Amino acid sequence: MKRIDLEFDLVVIGGGTGGPMAAVKAKEKNPKLRVLLIDKANVKRSGAISMGMDGLNNAVIPGHATPEQYVKEITIANDGIVDQEAVMAYAANSFDMINELDRWGVKFEKDETGDYAVRKVHHLGSYVLPMPEGHHMKKILYRQLKKARVEVTNRVVVTRVLTGANGEVAAVMGFDCRTADIYVIRTRAAVISTGAAGRIGLPASGYLMGTYENPTNCGDGHAMAYHAGASLANLECFQINPLIKDYNGPACAYVTGPFGGFTANSKGERFIECDYWSGQMMMEFHNELEGGNGPVFLKLDHLAEETIQEIETILHTNERPSRGRFHEKRGNDYRSQMVEMHISEIGFCSGHSASGIHINARGETSVPGLYAAGDCASVPHNYMLGAFVYGRICGENAAEYCAERPLVDYDAGAAAAEEARILAPLGRTDGLTPFQIEYKTRRLVNDYLQPPKITRKYEIALRRFDEIREDTACMMAGNPHELMRAMEAHSIIDCAEMAARASLFRTESRWGLYHYYVDHPERDDDNWFCHTLLSKGADGRMTLAKKAIEPYVVPIDEEERTAYQRLRVARSAEAA
Amino acid sequence: MTLAATPTQVPVQVDNDKCIAEKGCTVCVDVCPLDVLAIDMLTRKAFMKFDECWYCLPCETDCPTGAVSVSIPYLLR
Repeated sequence: MKRIDLEFDLVVIGGGTGGPMAAVKAKEKNPKLRVLLIDKANVKRSGAISMGMDGLNNAVIPGHATPEQYVKEITIANDGIVDQEAVMAYAANSFDMINELDRWGVKFEKDETGDYAVRKVHHLGSYVLPMPEGHHMKKILYRQLKKARVEVTNRVVVTRVLTGANGEVAAVMGFDCRTADIYVIRTRAAVISTGAAGRIGLPASGYLMGTYENPTNCGDGHAMAYHAGASLANLECFQINPLIKDYNGPACAYVTGPFGGFTANSKGERFIECDYWSGQMMMEFHNELEGGNGPVFLKLDHLAEETIQEIETILHTNERPSRGRFHEKRGNDYRSQMVEMHISEIGFCSGHSASGIHINARGETSVPGLYAAGDCASVPHNYMLGAFVYGRICGENAAEYCAERPLVDYDAGAAAAEEARILAPLGRTDGLTPFQIEYKTRRLVNDYLQPPKITRKYEIALRRFDEIREDTACMMAGNPHELMRAMEAHSIIDCAEMAARASLFRTESRWGLYHYYVDHPERDDDNWFCHTLLSKGADGRMTLAKKAIEPYVVPIDEEERTAYQRLRVARSAEAA
Repeated sequence: MTLAATPTQVPVQVDNDKCIAEKGCTVCVDVCPLDVLAIDMLTRKAFMKFDECWYCLPCETDCPTGAVSVSIPYLLR
C-alpha cells in the first residue's frame, strides 16, 4: 500500500443524493474550482437511492402547499424543536429543485393538465409527489456530474477531516477499500453527505446488513464531523421506522396511503389517523404492538385489482425492488392478506426524524469550511428532496467560501496518527474480527438503547461500549475490504455512544417513541424546549450543551401545536 | 491463528455460462454498494466473496448478460 497525496478546492464526501448535487452546484457556481466527489462505493449506485426512489415525500408546490405551511407542519411534527430558518431554506427552494430535476429528466406524476399530481399523506398539508419511474434517479445524477466535469473517486473510505491551526478544514483522509492505499487530500472546504447512521442497531433478523438504510451509511460522517470538532444536534431524537417485518424495507404507507392502504392492527382496524412517520406515530405503533393488538400490518386487501397492480408496479420497481421477491417467498399477496410490519432498530437520520451534524440555513457546521447535507445533517424531515436542496445550498456556499480561502496546513501529527489508526488492523494476524466487534456493539444497542429509554440500562450500555473500545485494540483485518468494516466498526461505536450520551442528557420525554425516557416520562417545555448539541470536549470526551431554539419565522398557534399528539383514531370513529 | 472459517450460503448467484468477466466485464463488481462481489482469479468469473448483501439489486439489474440473480438472504427470508 502506498500514500497518495492530492489537492482540491472542495471535497464532497459521499456520492449518494446530496453529494452529487453539492458537487454539481459548486462547479456551476465556479467552473474553475477543482471539485472532487469521493465515495466508498461507486457513485453510479451509491447511497440511499441506489435503486431510485418512488416519490417526493415533502414537495412544496404552489397551489398545493406554501413554504409557510410546510414549515408549520414540520415544526409541529417535530414537537417544536426546529431551526425554522433552516427548514424554510429548504421549503423556499423546494419547487425550484423539483423544476430543475424535471428539466434533468426526472419523471414526476402529472395530471391531465400537466400539473404535478400531489397527494396527501402528512397530517395537515399535501406534499407527496409520486415518481413512478424514479429508478432512473442515479443515472440522471451521474449525467450531471459528467456534464459539470466533477472529478469522481470511487471505493475510497474517508475516515477523518483534518483541521488547520484555527480549527478550519485543511484536508480529508481515508483509504482505498481494495488496495488500502492511504489518501491525504488537501482542500479548502468539504461537504459531508454520508447519509444516515443506519447500522447502529441490529435488525431483528440478526442479519448485519439487513438494515433499512443502505448499510454503507453507517455513521462515518457523524463520526468524522465529531472528531473534526463539529457539533451534532438532537441525537437523542432517534430514527425508528415502521417496516415490513424481517425484510426491513419500508411498508410504504406513503405510496399506498393515497390509494387507500393503511396501517392496521391484528383485527384489521385502523388505529392511527395519519401514516406520516413521526415519533408520535411510532409511539402509537409501539403501543399497538405491545398492547395486545399486535402484530401490526399494512392493509391493502380491500383495494381493487387495478389499484393493487399500480401499487405493485411502483413498489416493486423502485427504491427496494427486491420487496416483490420477499413477498413471493412468504406467499404474501397484497390481494388476499395483510403484510406483517414491525418496528425497526434505532438509527440517526434527519431525513425522517431530526438528528445529525448541526448545520444552519447555509449548510455550515460549526467547523469553518465544513458543510453537511442530507440524512447526516440536522435539518429535520428532509427526505430526498431536502438532500438535493441542501446539497445545492452547501455546494454554492462552499464554492463561495473556498474562493476567498487559501489552502492551510493540516496538523501533521493528526495525519500520522490517523494513518497508524487506519493501518493497525492490517498489521495484526490474529485477534477479533470487525464482524465480531460490530455485531456485539449493535446487539448491545438493541439490548440497552432501544426505547423505552431507562437510565440504568443506558449506564450499563456505556460501560459495555467502553469495553468494546478497548477490544478494538486487537481488531484485525485480513484484507482491505475487512479493513473497511473495521473502520466502520469504529464509527458505529462512536455513534452508539453518542446516542446514549445525548439521550441521558435530555431529562424529559419528547418526539413520541424516539425519546421516550421512562425515568422522565413527561414533556418538559420549561427546561427542554431547546436543541441539544454534542461535541468533543477539551478532555477529548463527549460533552453536551443546550442551544436555544432560534426565533420562529412562522408562528404556531396553540391548537396547531398539538396536532401530531392526536394521531390515535378516536373511539367514536373506531365504532363508526 | 485462532480464527474459524464458517461457511454460509450467499444470496448472490452467478451463472458462469452467462458471466463474461473473463472478457473484462466488471459491472456487477463495480456497482455493488457494499463491494461484496469479486472476480475469481482461477475461474475468471464473478462471485460473491463477502456475505454482506443488502439485496438492493444493482448487480442483477446492471449485468449485461443476465448472469446475476439475487435472492433474499436466508436469515430474513
